[in-house]
Amino acid sequence: MSSTTPASLPEQPNVDLERRAAIVATGVVGGAGCVAAAIPYIASWGPSEREKAAGSPVDVDVSSLAPGQMMVAEWRGKPIWFLRRTPQMIESLRKDTSLLADPDSKRTAFPTPAYVLQEPALRSIKPDLLVLVGICTHLGCSPSGPFASDENSQLGPYPGFVCPCHGSTFDLAGRVFKDKPASDNLPVPPHRYLTDSTIRVGEDTQT
Amino acid sequence: MGLHKTPYGGLMGWFDSRMPSAMDAFRTHMSEYYAPKNFNFWYFFGSMALVVLVIQLLSGMFLAMHYKPDSNVAFWSVEFIMREVSGGWFIRYMHSTGASFFFIVVYLHMFRALLYGSYRTPREVVWLIGCAIFMALMAESFFGYLLPWGQMSYWGAQVIINLFDSIPVIGPGLSTWIRGDYVIGDATLNRFFALHACVIPLVLLGLAVVHIFALHDVGSNNPDGIEIKDHLGPDGRPLDGIPFHPYYSVHDIYGLGFFFLAYFGIIFFAPELGGVFLEGNNFIPADPLQTPQHIAPLWYFTPYYSILRATTEGFLLWIAACALGLGALVYFSLRDRRLRVGVAGVTAVVLALLTVPKVQLDAKLWGVILSGASAMILFALPWLDRSPVKSMRYRPTWHKIVLGAFAVAFLVLGYLGMLPPNPLRTAIAQVGTAVYFGFFALMPWWSRMGEFKPVPERVRFAAH
Repeated sequence: MSSTTPASLPEQPNVDLERRAAIVATGVVGGAGCVAAAIPYIASWGPSEREKAAGSPVDVDVSSLAPGQMMVAEWRGKPIWFLRRTPQMIESLRKDTSLLADPDSKRTAFPTPAYVLQEPALRSIKPDLLVLVGICTHLGCSPSGPFASDENSQLGPYPGFVCPCHGSTFDLAGRVFKDKPASDNLPVPPHRYLTDSTIRVGEDTQT
Repeated sequence: MGLHKTPYGGLMGWFDSRMPSAMDAFRTHMSEYYAPKNFNFWYFFGSMALVVLVIQLLSGMFLAMHYKPDSNVAFWSVEFIMREVSGGWFIRYMHSTGASFFFIVVYLHMFRALLYGSYRTPREVVWLIGCAIFMALMAESFFGYLLPWGQMSYWGAQVIINLFDSIPVIGPGLSTWIRGDYVIGDATLNRFFALHACVIPLVLLGLAVVHIFALHDVGSNNPDGIEIKDHLGPDGRPLDGIPFHPYYSVHDIYGLGFFFLAYFGIIFFAPELGGVFLEGNNFIPADPLQTPQHIAPLWYFTPYYSILRATTEGFLLWIAACALGLGALVYFSLRDRRLRVGVAGVTAVVLALLTVPKVQLDAKLWGVILSGASAMILFALPWLDRSPVKSMRYRPTWHKIVLGAFAVAFLVLGYLGMLPPNPLRTAIAQVGTAVYFGFFALMPWWSRMGEFKPVPERVRFAAH
């Protein structure tokens, strides 16, 4: 081990306090200027005005959706799922409650709108028609599915969705199963029915 | 005349008398830089990394002449390079294969440091700068991987940027700021291009130069882990040192021959290497509405990715047990009372964040913390290793087994990170994570234990 011996520094001449004060003041003002100049550069990385305005609602016609069928629309760059659930599918949602992490959608990280929680097991305005943001709450992949019961080994007997990235599983109401990487249910986007078969995503009656 | 005195004649003399610093630098870093004479093949990889850096800079410049960082056309501009630009496929495969070889070479270069204790006094600063280079290299490859705008580019970036989301309070704002949008889009692609093609290359180049300066200030280590500067000849030069140029410049060019055989072999015969160097799903244009069935990062990130995935809800209790054990070990190893109180406090806070409901951080955030820590812990290595000798050659045989176990854990984690998870693989990854962190966290204790062999006065070297 080599020990470091500090070389002796040359002796300081008498400090001119007036000059020292001027140097410090210049340094402080210059530093503040640099920080101020950095602000627009840092701000330039945020979403632009165009991107902030691009969240307009989309209208989706679900009349052609047969029971058991799912369609995908794009809203704010994200996949929005529309699944028309069969009575058997709805039945499955009432049997898996004990296996879910948050069966009543009480967690607040991705708040579920109150108008889909009339029956918390369904998470939908109309019992059969499920509307979800198809983005896993873990790290943002889009889950695959819907899988029927016993079709996917990770879901076992329950029908639902499986995230291909880290294996989180969700039931057909988008509720996450216990002990999975994701701890939140799939988000329900703000939406409302314009007609019996047209849904506006991005806007609800509360806004 | 005001001209500098020069030993050279002719044009060289004309130049040297006007800019002596050029030849000065050549002498300092090449012809009069004395390196130990007992280097073995492990010492190829430093200069090799520099060659790969130059290859990446040159091929990258030419790719930038054809590539368009616009989410509507980025994917097709890469296909254009591959199919329409004369020689474009060759330039692009040199760049994509070069990325993987950069990591191969750098990992071997780092393993050499572990073998021979190259990070220890007086080379801590060399090591710290090297770790910074490694971080910059990871950033560089992450930003670059979004540019082809394929499915893996898109969803890989989606997952990694969403990792920042899990940071309490500032997370969501931070990830939006990084993306420049609420989802990965044109803004993200455009800035990643600027970062990949301009910002990080400048940082890498600067750090590489500083890394070499720092090394040449203290001199190279060698397989015996002893200082050649302890034995100087009458001319003030190390008795066991030889000038880097021509001896090691020629030696390294010989090594480069093997490197080029492998590198061009892959470029010409297996540029995708069965999906390991270029993933199949990345030949599908990015689709924000659908994630591919199986996504994994490129191979050089998979060990850290495995650690991320291994950190499940159920693993937190095991981590808590390990943290408690480590805290107790540190506590009883310290004498100073104030330090002991500090260690107990830190341990208590970590335990609370792991186990106490309401206070605990969720498994996702712990995964981010652990995979980040698995790379950052390298910075601490010079202060964790307490072995009385530097080189593995003179350390107890079981130290080699410990180092081997670490290497195996790293490779196993890397392999598992490429596969989809299942309960068995997750369990193995959790064991691998424990070995990985155990190697570093327990190093202050294990590196001192056992019977060390006597270290020679002078380097061992047989002429060949």
